Amino acid sequence: MFYREAGDFKTSYVDDSQTFPIKFDRYRYYVVLAVAFGIIPFIINDYWANALLLPFLIYAIAAIGLNILVGYCGQVSLGTGGFMAVGAYACYKLMTAFPDVSMFIHVILAGGITAIVGVLFGLPSLRIKGFYLAVATLAAQFFLVWLFNRVPWFYNYSASGQINAPERDVFGIIITGPNAPAWATYMFCLIFLTFCAVVARNLTRGTTGRKWMAIRDMDIAAEIIGVNPLKAKLTAFAVSSFFVGVSGALFFAVYLGAVEVGEAFGIQKSFLVLFMVIIGGLGSIFGSFAGAAFLVLLPVVLKVVGVDVLGWPTDIVAHLQLVIVGGLIILFLILEPHGLAQLWRVAKEKLRLWPFPH
Amino acid sequence: MPEQLVFAMEVILNGLMAGVLYALVALGFVLIYKASGIFNYAQGVMALFAAMTLVGIMNGQVPFAHLINAIFGTHVHYFGWNIPALAAIILTMGVMVLLAWAVQRFVMRHLVGQEPIILFMATIGLAYFLEGVADLMWGSEIKTLDVGLPQGINLWIDETTFNIFDYGFFIDNLDIVATIIAALLVAALVAFSQYTKQGRAMRAVADDHQAALSVGISLNFIWIMVWSVAGFVALVAGIMWGTKSGVQFSLSLIALKALPVLMLGGFTSIPGAIVGGLIIGVGEKLFEFAIGPLVGGATENWFAYVLALIFLVFRPQGLFGEKIIERV
Repeated sequence: MFYREAGDFKTSYVDDSQTFPIKFDRYRYYVVLAVAFGIIPFIINDYWANALLLPFLIYAIAAIGLNILVGYCGQVSLGTGGFMAVGAYACYKLMTAFPDVSMFIHVILAGGITAIVGVLFGLPSLRIKGFYLAVATLAAQFFLVWLFNRVPWFYNYSASGQINAPERDVFGIIITGPNAPAWATYMFCLIFLTFCAVVARNLTRGTTGRKWMAIRDMDIAAEIIGVNPLKAKLTAFAVSSFFVGVSGALFFAVYLGAVEVGEAFGIQKSFLVLFMVIIGGLGSIFGSFAGAAFLVLLPVVLKVVGVDVLGWPTDIVAHLQLVIVGGLIILFLILEPHGLAQLWRVAKEKLRLWPFPH
Repeated sequence: MPEQLVFAMEVILNGLMAGVLYALVALGFVLIYKASGIFNYAQGVMALFAAMTLVGIMNGQVPFAHLINAIFGTHVHYFGWNIPALAAIILTMGVMVLLAWAVQRFVMRHLVGQEPIILFMATIGLAYFLEGVADLMWGSEIKTLDVGLPQGINLWIDETTFNIFDYGFFIDNLDIVATIIAALLVAALVAFSQYTKQGRAMRAVADDHQAALSVGISLNFIWIMVWSVAGFVALVAGIMWGTKSGVQFSLSLIALKALPVLMLGGFTSIPGAIVGGLIIGVGEKLFEFAIGPLVGGATENWFAYVLALIFLVFRPQGLFGEKIIERV
């Protein structure tokens, strides 16, 4: 009835190649943007920002980044935590070295530095494939965490070995540190997420994305039809690491404020982001959002239900959470290997034909 | 003999012992990978689960005590009996077989024919699930495991080496026992897969599922058996590591340590797992001894991975792995 291509005539090439060709999709997208930018900042409070919205926004960026590498280019990486740490530490070094520069520039530069590191660790992907590559990226994970733990220059020789985000602002509005207002941190992350999502969406439906997908589907065949695997794989590593680095920088500077590298960016983080990508759906930008939202919401919901409603001890709820996450991942892989995004796609197909499915 | 060299020898010896333990975990991986093409990330958590179950059974803990208490408001914790180590090990083995059956019945059976990477992710999910179940069943506090294995410095080696080098080597009795047990286990596994009917069937399945089916081998049975054997290997590894450093979460991380071992040795080779384990064990101890102090120590965390990474760039299939042939 309302979800139709029929009657929606395209009169120019620009119209024809837009991101959301169906009117309903397009309006939905505008509404989501309007709510996210126009309404939430005015009603947000500290609890909502810290418990749900900030982690969701930041993990969504990381998930988009990993999805580009795993879902679009088919290079499985278990080093996400390590790359997030690179972003965080790069951001920290920049913040302390150039206190007057805007945070926007710091975060983007931190992403750029992570991209360089990502390309470096992506180089072996030209020789190593599949599982072997997945395990090889563990080298990045453990080496980077060790590096930030052991080399005092990275944490400015602080006694605790932690890094603490100093107070920095954007156009006079405090973004980092304990005095930052909730709406400002929210907006800051939201702008980056919007930017990343738009870039990722457009990259993946253009030449670059097609090359990545060709490599994913079969790299030898892709090479024969003229895709340069060196370029395709390394650009995937670079773009993915850039996003992951940005999310790491935001995670440290805006969300946590103080970070101990082994705790915040350990191997568990790599798996968490990977799960978001799997549950959300490999090779889908929407899936990254859905997966991040799901895995950020799940512990909060479980805690509310288990601890506050049923009155169980927190450790039991924490263990139950492991069981549920593990069980869900297996269930998803069995029932719907393409994740939440596939459910959404199926729903859209149904909606298109509704109410006359034949 | 110069002092440094003697120290290095001690380090190498200790590295060899550690390497045997890595090889033990890696073996569990190789077994499942060869028979079903599944890269079982949950192997480390299986070791943790086995060790926790063993401790729980020995101490007569009530399974899921915390959960039961939280739901029904009761206060049960212990049955009030202790079970001797050997009986407990046999009971734990029973639990691992049950686990193997459940994994096969509820997870792997539904994923037959999926891509390897999907199967790998499923085992990561399984690892989380098992870890949560283990904590719920037996509680997450650190436990000590004592099944009567000898521990402490081996005085004979200490004395002998002192007489030769004027410096006594510190070698733990437990490491020696572990090495012997691991060697026996490897020999037993090789004999099992080479000379028994089930072992042959297992290799046949590994070679070609469909051909194995067509000569009347039950895939279900073989897979349950393979997961049980992997569970047994996990139990042995769990006992060794649990006795050494207590039964706790970090035990499941030895699985991650076994990964570079596998990459070095090749995923499909039992001797590869052993040689890879020894190389990694010696390599990381020597590196920590020689280079560690210069760069701030704790290089053991990453050395194995970086070594494997560099090695793979030159030989992508590992030392003894089957050559990777790619065709369009």
